[in-house]
Amino acid sequence: MPGVQADKKQPPAAPSRPAPSVHVRGLRAFYGRAERVKGIDLDLPANEVTAIIGPSGCGKSTMIRCINRLHEEIAGARSEGRVLLDSVNIYDPAVDVIAVRRAIGMVFQRPNPFPAMSIFDNVAAGPRLSGVRRERLRQRVQDALESAGLWHEVHDRLSQPALALSGGQQQRLCIARALAVEPEVILMDEPCSALDPTATLRIEELLDDLKSRVTIAIVTHNMQQAARVADRTAFLLDGELIEVGPTQEIFTTPRDRRTEDYVTGKFG
Amino acid sequence: MLLCPAMAHAETTATEADLRQIGRSGGGLRRMADRFGDRALLGLTALASLAAVALIALVIDRVVAGSMPSISKFGLGFLWHTTWNPSLSSGVRDSNVFGAGVLVYGTLVTSAIALLIAVPLGIAIGVYLSMLSSGRLAAVIGPLVELLASVPSVIIGLWGIVVLAPFLHSTIEPALHSALGWTAIFGEPGTTGLGIFNAGVVLSIMVLPIIAAITRDLFLNVPRELKEGALALGATRWEMIRTVVLHSTRSGIIAATILGLARALGEAIAVTQTIGAGTAIKASLFANGDTLGSRIAEQFIGAVSKLQVSSLFYCALILLVMELMANIGAQLIAGRYARLQGAVR
Repeated sequence: MPGVQADKKQPPAAPSRPAPSVHVRGLRAFYGRAERVKGIDLDLPANEVTAIIGPSGCGKSTMIRCINRLHEEIAGARSEGRVLLDSVNIYDPAVDVIAVRRAIGMVFQRPNPFPAMSIFDNVAAGPRLSGVRRERLRQRVQDALESAGLWHEVHDRLSQPALALSGGQQQRLCIARALAVEPEVILMDEPCSALDPTATLRIEELLDDLKSRVTIAIVTHNMQQAARVADRTAFLLDGELIEVGPTQEIFTTPRDRRTEDYVTGKFG
Repeated sequence: MLLCPAMAHAETTATEADLRQIGRSGGGLRRMADRFGDRALLGLTALASLAAVALIALVIDRVVAGSMPSISKFGLGFLWHTTWNPSLSSGVRDSNVFGAGVLVYGTLVTSAIALLIAVPLGIAIGVYLSMLSSGRLAAVIGPLVELLASVPSVIIGLWGIVVLAPFLHSTIEPALHSALGWTAIFGEPGTTGLGIFNAGVVLSIMVLPIIAAITRDLFLNVPRELKEGALALGATRWEMIRTVVLHSTRSGIIAATILGLARALGEAIAVTQTIGAGTAIKASLFANGDTLGSRIAEQFIGAVSKLQVSSLFYCALILLVMELMANIGAQLIAGRYARLQGAVR
């Protein structure tokens, strides 16, 4: 992967400030009357990748959408419980939801670059909202694209439409767009489910670089992916957290029978 | 494995048997009737479509033919000359001379006022209904806004005379005049409240539901993942709407505006009721004026000369060309928008 090597010019590890950890406490989430997340306690340790696995409809996407308060944007959706960013409860009425979302970025299931916007404008969209302009903006965009491993592929065509990129490039563009806001936590909701294996591999390699700077949660239905990228893995079933622990343990010596059945492919 | 070919064979024979069965019970007559039905359907629907096309051609032909005497007498100058004098007595200067300058001006200005009011309001309604209101409230307000489109224009015109005119005359016009009177377009309030401004406001009521309904659908069709993508970057609602929703639907909004313009350009009766039948171009929007459509509605029945009738046809031709251009423009832009949307999905 020569392209990836060339992009690794980022100062290695040594973050200026350590990323925060996230503590989910007693989280319940509803769509109308239907309860999809039924009281979850989960920690996302700082500068680690936590994978969240479980069968379709187990509430894993809903849960991480509560961590940046995006869940509440859906009509009729609400949640209860606390989500602590280090020690700050992001559901505290005194906390600004905009600030929460700037601190906790998100990458979605399908690449969602803004159409009718150039590659540059897509990455610049977030920093522009917080008033970053001119040379600082240009630098911020370049840094984000470098961190997302995309700079060398697009640096000479930043003004082209974002939709002209391939699916994998679009998803890395979306990662760059999230990074450009300089978040401390990044949530990824099945970020590779619409990508081919090569593009998937590139994003998995990225996660390893990124976690020196941010805390990462990644929802995935792909157990090999969880095994490859995650330091810790949480297994959800029917809105409840069944088991969480070091990835190695979850896949080799799970404590719960249901976890074992799931990771060995008895159901899914 | 041996079973498979046998089963396949059994299925084939069964199907053949079914077919023979159908052939026997259905009868050739049934099939012929079916075929005849399909042909008749094709013929009738094609005929209906052709009739619509023929109708447009007939209308255009009639309008062009009708306006020929006026075209050969006044030429293109008809578009900007402001004399409109149907009088036949030889003592009067410029008798039996026609020019549509006042009407073209009135048509353009009333339509511009209508769009200036209806486009921002309509987009606001579209934003509210598609993204900000609770589902239940939108289900009530949405149909009501569309119902506004079904109020006959003559009734809106009546409302313009009875309610809007006194209100404009006593409140809005003096306020605009005292604040912006130096711009000349907000001159001294007229005596009745009828005039170009009133007609523009009345037209805006007719354009509003068009803009609101189309933009609401446009905004609803912006994929949720794009809206969430903006919110996840820490955008406020308004920033999300501005950077993603309005940005990605702008050609659709332009197309909606042009459709609204087409509605405003062509309206006759409500304008006749509220514009005050003026005969000159005045700087002030509060003055009387007239539009192409309105003039045709006022004078066609009582026209005193062949040249006047022909000049009214000429007005109709100008209006027709304006409308066709607006419609084609909207279709071109909407087509571009559809392609852009295709690229998103």
